[in-house]
Amino acid sequence: MKERNLTCIVCPKGCQIKVLFDGEGKIKEVLGYTCKRGEEYAITECTHPRRTVTTTMKTESGIVAVKTYGTVPKEDVFKVMDEINRTRITRDVKIGDVLIEDVAGTGVKVVATSEVQ
Amino acid sequence: MCYNTDIKEFYYIRYIHVIFDLISIEVDIMHDICIIGAGVVGGCVARELMKYKLDVVIAEKMGDVAMGATKANSAIVHAGFDAKEGSLKAKLNVRGSKMMEEYCRELGVKYKNNGSLVLGFNDEDRETLNALMQRGIANGVEGLRVVDRDEVLKLEPNIGDEVVAALVAPTGGIVCPYELCMAAVGNAMDNGAELKLNFPVTRIEKTEKGYKVYSGDEFIEAEIVINCAGVYSDDVARMAGDSSFTVTPRRGEYILLDKEWGTLVSHTVFQCPSKMGKGILVTPTVDGNLLLGPTAEDISDKEDTSTTASGIETVRRMASRSVSGLNFGGTITSFTGLRATGSVGDFIINCKDGFVNCAGIESPGLSSAPAIAEYVRDLLIESGVRLTPRENHISKRKPLHAFRELSNDEKNEIIKEHPEYAHIICRCETVSEGEILEAIRTNPKPHDLDGVKRRTRSGMGRCQGGFCAPYVVELLARELGCDYQDITKFGGESYINIGKTKE
Amino acid sequence: MIKRIKKELVIVGGGPAGMSAAVAAYERGLRDILILERDNALGGILRQCIHNGFGLHRFGEELTGPEYAHRYIEKVLEYKIPYMLETMVTGIDKNRILTAQNCKEGIFEIEAGAIILAMGCRERPKGALNIAGTRPSGVYTAGTAQKYVNMKGYMPGKRVVILGSGDIGLIMARRMTLEGAKVECVCELMPYSGGLARNIEQCLNDFDIPLFLSHTVIEIHGKERVTGVTIAKVDENRRPIMDTARFIECDTLLLSCGLIPENELTRSAGITIDRVTNGAVVDGSRETDVKGIFACGNVLHVHDLVDYVSEEAEICACGAVDFIRGQAKGEADINIRTDGKVRYTVPRKLTEIKDTTLYFRVSDIFRDVRLTVKSADRVILSKKKQKLAPGEMETVTISADVIREIKNGEITVSLEA
Repeated sequence: MKERNLTCIVCPKGCQIKVLFDGEGKIKEVLGYTCKRGEEYAITECTHPRRTVTTTMKTESGIVAVKTYGTVPKEDVFKVMDEINRTRITRDVKIGDVLIEDVAGTGVKVVATSEVQ
Repeated sequence: MCYNTDIKEFYYIRYIHVIFDLISIEVDIMHDICIIGAGVVGGCVARELMKYKLDVVIAEKMGDVAMGATKANSAIVHAGFDAKEGSLKAKLNVRGSKMMEEYCRELGVKYKNNGSLVLGFNDEDRETLNALMQRGIANGVEGLRVVDRDEVLKLEPNIGDEVVAALVAPTGGIVCPYELCMAAVGNAMDNGAELKLNFPVTRIEKTEKGYKVYSGDEFIEAEIVINCAGVYSDDVARMAGDSSFTVTPRRGEYILLDKEWGTLVSHTVFQCPSKMGKGILVTPTVDGNLLLGPTAEDISDKEDTSTTASGIETVRRMASRSVSGLNFGGTITSFTGLRATGSVGDFIINCKDGFVNCAGIESPGLSSAPAIAEYVRDLLIESGVRLTPRENHISKRKPLHAFRELSNDEKNEIIKEHPEYAHIICRCETVSEGEILEAIRTNPKPHDLDGVKRRTRSGMGRCQGGFCAPYVVELLARELGCDYQDITKFGGESYINIGKTKE
Repeated sequence: MIKRIKKELVIVGGGPAGMSAAVAAYERGLRDILILERDNALGGILRQCIHNGFGLHRFGEELTGPEYAHRYIEKVLEYKIPYMLETMVTGIDKNRILTAQNCKEGIFEIEAGAIILAMGCRERPKGALNIAGTRPSGVYTAGTAQKYVNMKGYMPGKRVVILGSGDIGLIMARRMTLEGAKVECVCELMPYSGGLARNIEQCLNDFDIPLFLSHTVIEIHGKERVTGVTIAKVDENRRPIMDTARFIECDTLLLSCGLIPENELTRSAGITIDRVTNGAVVDGSRETDVKGIFACGNVLHVHDLVDYVSEEAEICACGAVDFIRGQAKGEADINIRTDGKVRYTVPRKLTEIKDTTLYFRVSDIFRDVRLTVKSADRVILSKKKQKLAPGEMETVTISADVIREIKNGEITVSLEA
């Protein structure tokens, strides 16, 4: 039986999680998590891993901090970065403002996490 | 040629120069004197010569002054008991040491007459101490005496357990060498001297009227050339046809400790000297840190200022013999300096056909620098140069650290007019934006982060510039009118940032 | 004479600790508060920590650094708590007189009813690490690089080696990678990482960046800009094993080798500093041994999570408000000792009989141990701990009842098999 060991990234505890698979590669059991979100993370990580991207975006006067509002597929992280890098903000920004509606076709928004005046 | 009579006229003339430079690359200006090397020797020589009606250009290889041995040495004003009786070293050291306090006062340079001790660890050393004392007396050093452990302990309670005796030299002192150099060059510039940075001399040509000093295709023409090129002074002499000596770089590694340990000793504490130098010393610096070093190792690469694990280990071990209670956890930084050790065992200072050598200026070069400058002046007079005192000569210089030494009330008076003096950029050393801007605008002007650091101490404290560097880079870029990413650590390719993100 | 003003509570530092303390003091009814911040905005180091992972304990959601700071900035503004920016405190004396300066006021003094120190910490710089070699451009602490990249929008380099696996180093490994740099490796002197496990996972493993444990940088190469570093494995005494040395080409070396509480002001006030934490010795209310001067956040001891900084700042603010109101504490006078495996505790003293949480760090990785509190060789508290790591701050709460049992005015916190 196959298994996979993971470090949970949901919170700073960093629980060690073990995922057991059956003969067809389907998840059979998840062990070692200490919260519901940890279990969800382990399942997602073994099926279609996702990450939050935090970076900055160009503005007229400099840069503003941004994040994806929710996670994007892990394999799209650099595609997401590409689009964020190409986009330039030309207006005042408040924390929480949506700067990209659907980044790199992931269906996820990019929002500001700092301010520009 | 008195630039300083009227500041407007001064700038006007400079402006005209710039215009000339723009319209014609080869402006045929014949200078009186070209000094090669803007270290402490070149700087003091320039300052001395600008007391007279002379037109002086200083050619410096690097992007700032004080970039060679001047930047990294023991920062000691030696009393003068080390050098052999009758040598140039002995004579100029004792004279320089006597001049230093007043010299520093005029230039606004930090100097402290803290006295020196040479430690003896056994009976053999005791003999050496006595011999040093005799030599010192012969050299004209005042106040020397050899004392026993009990008395050493009274002078320095933290002295090492093995110490049995010490030579006390009350005239020994400490000074900041690069500050002395910057002040001397700055004072020379205030009196009209010109500083050409990034001008590595590649060729020297004898002409009818004097010399052409080349850097690539560019040249400076002067009647007299003064070679103050430090570890490169043999190469420069050879360019002018003099291959009578060589200079070997002698590597010396140092450790600088936090100000918390700056009062562990108050004197400069030497060990008995050997053939390779004065041994490992422990000394407070004028800025309140504790400096340990140097090692002594002859090398061939004149650029190799790297530190080595074994060198640092040697400094730690040897220094711990002199002083107990050293805490290397308090290390701020370690660095290496290269002394310009000449092949003849003494300073090489001579003048022939208008070409003056100031070569092989190893220790006690810093202590001797003001005296070397006088000596060079006298050589010029002997060789027939007529010196007329400069009218309106400016002898004093406002120190860059003037602001920090004011009382709070005095500071507030200045802050009212110039609020940027209240805006602290460097937290560790409490350096304000006003002081940094003043340094960037004062001759000789810095063009990089380390240049600002040496002038203001910004970035020299505990965090080593971690917090302030991004701000200082901003101020430099603004003042120099260049992009943030163009700012370097110390010129050349030493860029701090290599581009923008998102590009 | 320079101007002197009076304030009930002066807070030195407008980062997470200072703002949390100010907000908590306000919420306890105090109004005469002043925050002094040396930077040009509130928020402290969080402003450049644009990654997520903050605030799970506090707010039950994952925030980025600026967002976490913003929650407190909004409160400061809502409560109209006065603050001064670009204001540097240059001295504090035993009588709670602060000397400060800014462009508007010049140099001035503040007579404070109580002071909360919340200056944060700084990174251990290169000099203190004594790495041999040249001194070219391209060597930065991870936090300085973070400032260039996240605040200024500049790239300090393109090919990076990171020394030290502290969290900022790990975070910067990912950050530089996202911005197009190649991170060659992270070297950690110790046999374990100093950072959080989640950061090794999402910052290194996600990008196939190798983490070399028991490795260090032994030499820096390059005349003007870094051209490479030599790394080597270290033995159990942390001495480099020379025949494992190898050269790695890079243009940047980032250092993430520990944080040091910034206690110059604390020292200037004559406050006793704990040699292990490098922060002040404090009691349960976070009062130092100079009356009326309190400390919280990373200036007191380096925290792993900002959530705990806020928590500590609130405890500290309560203590300061009580002090200002003249409320006596002090039925207890208990020193807390540690066994070395437990490196330190904050607080170091107990002066009140009430439930008190001790924050501590351990010196190594320990598995299946009992955290034990003893009074005169009698175990008064014992808790099983599955895993303890130096990178993580741990807690243990001692109840008022247990404190009453303490004999000889001293307890020892230790790890037992």
